[in-house]
Amino acid sequence: MQVPAPFDYARAESVEDALSLLQRHGPESRVIAGGHSLLPMMKLRLARPEWLIDINDLFELDYLVEDGGTVRIGALTRHATLLASDLIARLFPIVTDAEKVIADPIVRNRGTIGGSLCQADPAEDLSTVCEVLRAEVVIRGLDGERVLTMPEMHRGPYETAVAQDELLTEIRFPVLPRSGSAYEKVERRVGDWAIAAAGASITLSPEGTITHAAIGLTSVGLDGRTATRAEERLLGQRPADELFDAAAAIAAEDCNPVADQRGPVDYKRHLAAELTRRVLRRATERAAGEEG
Amino acid sequence: MQITLTVNGTEVTAECEPRTLLVHFVRDTLRLTGTHWGCDTSNCGTCVLLMDGEPVKSCTVLAAMAAGREIRTVEGLAQNGTLDPVQQGFMAEHGLQCGFCTPGMMMTARALLDRNPDPDETEIRSAISGQICRCTGYSTIVRSVQWAAKNQEGAQA
Repeated sequence: MQVPAPFDYARAESVEDALSLLQRHGPESRVIAGGHSLLPMMKLRLARPEWLIDINDLFELDYLVEDGGTVRIGALTRHATLLASDLIARLFPIVTDAEKVIADPIVRNRGTIGGSLCQADPAEDLSTVCEVLRAEVVIRGLDGERVLTMPEMHRGPYETAVAQDELLTEIRFPVLPRSGSAYEKVERRVGDWAIAAAGASITLSPEGTITHAAIGLTSVGLDGRTATRAEERLLGQRPADELFDAAAAIAAEDCNPVADQRGPVDYKRHLAAELTRRVLRRATERAAGEEG
Repeated sequence: MQITLTVNGTEVTAECEPRTLLVHFVRDTLRLTGTHWGCDTSNCGTCVLLMDGEPVKSCTVLAAMAAGREIRTVEGLAQNGTLDPVQQGFMAEHGLQCGFCTPGMMMTARALLDRNPDPDETEIRSAISGQICRCTGYSTIVRSVQWAAKNQEGAQA
């Protein structure tokens, strides 16, 4: 029977309350949201907090609203809510694509977007999605809040800019007109972590040239996790299969997969190229309104 | 610590350690052993029960996190001595097989039918995709849920 090591538990009643609890209980206290990443790590003793601050009662962090040119998502929004959202499917189909392949429907009832981003697992899908969408995150502490870009937020595997006494409260996606996005993942079995996955967002000018491109790869050791050189290759160009082939080849070249039980390096590089090609094609079709 | 929650319509108060998992709390403290305990890693789904009406994997939820919430286990499916249509469906279509995944499957099916009274086969297969049947006999499970959908009103009457 796997159970976590002993700890103390407190349930926060508001964001302010959560922040004071984190401050009061110090460096060995951790926030628990859905718990589907943290509890397995605690069972395996990969994490051993002395205090858990439960934020599941903070309904003020569970929302999804369109606000001018931005969609604001509360950090406690569950994966199931994101998957069911028509607003998200219309504006950011990459999120819907990714949510369909994150764990399984029952895990998605508990897991939260904020928890996923704070876990900062290199194999985590929503991190790539947020990077591709050029998301900003709002981090709150007792002294106020700050807004960070994803490269600022994610400092490395399992390491974020969120300090121990701070809380990630909101994720913001900018809405770009004439844009489309897509995500595709290859996994060993349903609900598993990615062997490799790719996400892309494409913006087209009224004349049909690419004015903005973002490419992200999951699980294959891409530095900063967006393929800058491949993105640059696309700018100002007219979408074409040969162009996507070229960009995909660059993205695969710039990533740095490691061989493990999920496969050898060559296979992962092959997947990175193929998946990049596919998401570029689908994101472009969606940007052009050719696919729903 | 002491927690109070509603289990199958009845309020219960009990002692538990903060690290007690919900699956162990319902099985060992409340003696509701219908909820099975399988892989312990939130993969197999045999520990699924409903929390505030949603299926959750109770090996990855702390009992403390369930305080103040409504829990429904397989023991809470039958009402007034009548089996739930889902339970009747599993009997009628041989959805039980070895029986190990059955309580979790039935709870997921109940939640699915509450939300969508007429799911198609794809929707049923998707709903149970986080639960493993070691008999690999998903066809009869799917048929059981379809039976329940068809006989929702008749069975409850």
